[in-house]
Parts: sequence; C-alpha cells; structure tokens
Amino acid sequence: MGMTMTQKILAAHAGLEKVEAGQLIEANLDLVLGNDITSPVAIKEMEKMKVDGVFDKDKIALVPDHFVPNKDIKSAEHCKCVREFAYRNEITNYFEVGEMGIEHALLPEKGLTVAGDVIIGADSHTCTYGALGAFSTGVGSTDMAAGMATGKAWFKVPSAIKFNIVGKPSKWVSGKDVILHIIGMIGVDGALYKSMEFVGEGIKNLTMDDRFTIANMAIEAGGKNGIFPVDDLAIEYMKEHSKKTYTIYEADEDAVYDEEYTIDLSTLRPTIAFPHLPENTKTIDEIKEDIKIDQVVIGSCTNGRLDDLRTAAEVLKGRHVAKGMRCIVIPATQAIYMQAMEEGLLKTFIEAGAVVSTPTCGPCLGGYMGILAAGERCVSTTNRNFVGRMGHVDSEIYLASPAVAAASAITGKISCPCQLA
Amino acid sequence: MKAAKGTVFKYGDNVDTDVIIPARYLNSSDPAELATHCMEDIDKDFVKKVQKGDIMVATKNFGCGSSREHAPIAIKAAGVSCVIAETFARIFYRNAINIGLPIIECPEAAKGIDAGDVVEVNFDTGIITDVTKGTTYKGQAFPEFMQKIIAAEGLVNYINEK
Repeated sequence: MGMTMTQKILAAHAGLEKVEAGQLIEANLDLVLGNDITSPVAIKEMEKMKVDGVFDKDKIALVPDHFVPNKDIKSAEHCKCVREFAYRNEITNYFEVGEMGIEHALLPEKGLTVAGDVIIGADSHTCTYGALGAFSTGVGSTDMAAGMATGKAWFKVPSAIKFNIVGKPSKWVSGKDVILHIIGMIGVDGALYKSMEFVGEGIKNLTMDDRFTIANMAIEAGGKNGIFPVDDLAIEYMKEHSKKTYTIYEADEDAVYDEEYTIDLSTLRPTIAFPHLPENTKTIDEIKEDIKIDQVVIGSCTNGRLDDLRTAAEVLKGRHVAKGMRCIVIPATQAIYMQAMEEGLLKTFIEAGAVVSTPTCGPCLGGYMGILAAGERCVSTTNRNFVGRMGHVDSEIYLASPAVAAASAITGKISCPCQLA
Repeated sequence: MKAAKGTVFKYGDNVDTDVIIPARYLNSSDPAELATHCMEDIDKDFVKKVQKGDIMVATKNFGCGSSREHAPIAIKAAGVSCVIAETFARIFYRNAINIGLPIIECPEAAKGIDAGDVVEVNFDTGIITDVTKGTTYKGQAFPEFMQKIIAAEGLVNYINEK
C-alpha cells in the first residue's frame, strides 16, 4: 500500500521509511509559528519547561497580526511579551508593525515556507502553506511551546481525501468559490482529522493565490491539512520568494484514499456561505431574495492577496459603494499594500468609497476595525461565519469571494459582478 | 488515573471556539478571567450555574474553528472536569490533552446523556456512567502516551518528566 503526499512528508521528517494512517509519530519541524494571541500563552508555557531557549532561532516565526497596531492596553501587553521574547531569544523572523503582514500571507511571501517542509503554527489557518506542497497544520499554544523548545511535534498520521480538480473556472469564479463549494459538499467536519489532497489537470488553471485560499480553508472542513502537488507555478513562486531548499514529494500511485471527489471548475458558480456555518453554501443563482448588507470586508489570510485586491478593484473601478455601506479593504501584507498602491488599486478603492487599512486580522475574528452591531449583516472574504464571530451574537456573516464582496458593496445586497449594470 | 463526576451541561453539533471563548476577550490569557466569559455567546447562564467538577456533553465536531488554546483553558478554569462528545475538532483535541483537560469521544453517550444528568467518568477504563438514568457507555480509551500526558496534567509536565 502506497503513501499519500502528506504521509511521505511526515515519514521523511520522522526518519521512517514508511508510515500508515493512524500511526503516532514524532516529526522534526522546519518552522514553528505564533501570533500575538497564541504566542504569549506559548511563551508562558515554555518558561515552565526545563530548556535553555529555543531549538533554532531561524526556524521560529513570530508575527503579531491579530490585534495590531495594538488595539488596547491588554493587546499592547501581549505584543510587548512577544517582542521581548523575540529579542531575548534573537528570533530571526520576528515581524514588527511596519514589516508585518497577516501571517499566512506573509510567511510564503518572505520565503519561509517551501515544498516538503513540516510546519506547525499556533493558528488554525497554518494549513495555508499546503498550497506550496508543504505539510502545515494548526496547533495550540502548548504545542507551539514544545515545538519552539524541542523542534519536534507528535502527530497521528492522517488518512486522506482526494479531490480531483478538472476544467477551467469561468470569469468571477476563484479559489474561494472552489473551497466553499467543497465545504458545502462535505460539511464542516467532512475532513475531520484527514488530509485534503488536491490533484488533477485543473490545478494549472488555479493561480497561486487561488491555491493559498483553498489550502487556507481546509480547516473549515475539519481537515488536518490541505495540500497541492508542486508544479511549475509553485516552483516559480518559491524561486521568486525563497532561498530555502525545497523538496518535492509525490503521492504513490497506489496510495489509498478514504474518499475521492471530482471537482469540475467549469461548472462552479460564485458561492456564498450563509450564517452560521461555512457549510451553509448557496450559489449566487440559488439566492432569490434580496439580502441587504451593511458592511463588506475584503481581506484576511484567506483573501487579502494581490489577486483578491485586483479582482475587487476591477469590480469597484468607476463605481461607488451603496449609500450607508461600510466597505473595508485590508491588504494582507506591506508588500501587497505597496503593489496595490503602485497599480492604482488603492485609489480605486478610495474613490469607490471604501476604506483601506494597514494589515491586520482585526475584523475577521471580531477583534476591531469593523465590529458588527445587533442585526447587522456583513459580506466578508474571511473564513468563518460562526455566531458572534465578527461582533454581536445577533449579527450575520456571509462568506464570499472578493468579486462577490465588491459587487455586494456596490448594490448593498448580495450580488455577483455579472449582475452589475 | 482520576475519575470525574458532575452535573451535565449539554450542547449540540459544531460548538466552535468562538462561542466557547469569543475573540473579544482574547486580549487576556488569564485562565480565571477567560472562565468568566466561557460559552457566553451560546449559553449566558453557563458561568452562573457551573460548579466545580461539572461535565460538558456535546454532539459532533466540538471545538471547531480557531486554534485558540484559550478555549479548553476557559472550560477547565470554569471548573469543568471532563468534556464528552461524539467527535472533537482536531486542534481542540490536541489542546485539551496538552493542557490536561480530560476529553472523551463516545457517540452513544453524547446522544444518550441529557442536560442536568449526573455523570461519572472513569478515565482508566473509558467507562461513562449516567447515574441519573442508570446507563453506562464505553468511551474511546486514549493511546498510552496520551494517557501519560493527561496523567502529567499536560504536555509541559510530561516533557519535563521525560
């Protein structure tokens, strides 16, 4: 019986020739990540361990991004704790305000995540780096602490679900629609404890940013990781961004999968997840009634990349957001922000009546920069629409692509760019 | 290993970490402070009613969503002695073990036990007893090394003892 792509990476990092689903292993880590919410807890736990500092100062990334620039005194204390730990341990990859970005957009851009790596991060969306052919998964603060101290983590080797991607997406269909469609199909626990392995000839029709979005939301189906094969596009991305050596692993031909699905990109439609679970999906054509919207958020580790901003700007260009609409655009990193400025995208947003913010996770998790009041509705390019996620428990979040979010900002109701005059 | 006994708080499918501890409180990492907001977005009465030793029972995919360890920390600090569910989301599962919050997967118990029942859990055997109803269930026993982590009251102590 052969191994899946994920199993091969794990076996290599555990020093084993072969692993099987369900086996408990200890794997060597290539990178350990934390943010301003999870790192303070990890630092406190690490201080209880009988260790002298971190295992490798170059293999830890600390990214304050959730509540920065500091939203209040308590957040400032957390950030201070992370900053002091980073300086004390001479952490190479600590990113201060001004150089930081939303962690899962920032780390690939900085070349810290490459194919074949094993990466843990104390943030559930750490699974994003599977887009480059890495095994990466979210953990909690104690796992992060143990990872920082020992350079190792324990894993139960996952089984996998195979998604065979075929066809070419139509205009206004992006990676977000692909992953929302899949979550709608298999449910928020459809891939619980499992790898989601994306394969097939249709992958060439997905941009790197599409793939980051798809891998990013593997956790929203309960997945342990989402992973793509390493093709020319991924290699080109890594060569452009990274000096690290990458290793390409491929699933064995006789690898066994729990389930297999075929996703024909040409048949997908703009897809929206209704409150209060990412699995409550409807295509734009299935929405018959007008759903009035108060706020639109375009950003996050899911959809704050350049492709996303370009699409949103294409929709907003020469148009204006609806009266009473708050449209918040958040480029995910400083480099994306700069590029968006040079391309004139920021000007388009501002002329359309949107606000543009410094990189932050803020509104996605109801932290700050766009909290919802009771009864308010938001179309958001973020990743979760749980009860109270973005504010009041009686507010509602509709998850969608940047194209749908931008179009909805213009009409004031859930809309697709294809419906605009 | 220890046993747990307490009154049950019952919840449904997909209880996410945003309702277990909303992000607006994550500017703190103090367990006692987090405990005062535990479950408040789906059950305002939980923190008023919970007694030390009480047990939480839920159906599938408990703890889905964010990786925040603050979620099991809040539950543990609120006094809960054990969480029983049909299934747990994987990051929550790791986190609970790593901080020494006993959790146990048992689909039958998750369905059969009701709010307010008094329930006893034996962690060595995985036997769950609904004292109120007089029923017993066999939960999923932990692999040996996870038992050691739980017995050490968390991963940090376990690593220190190794």
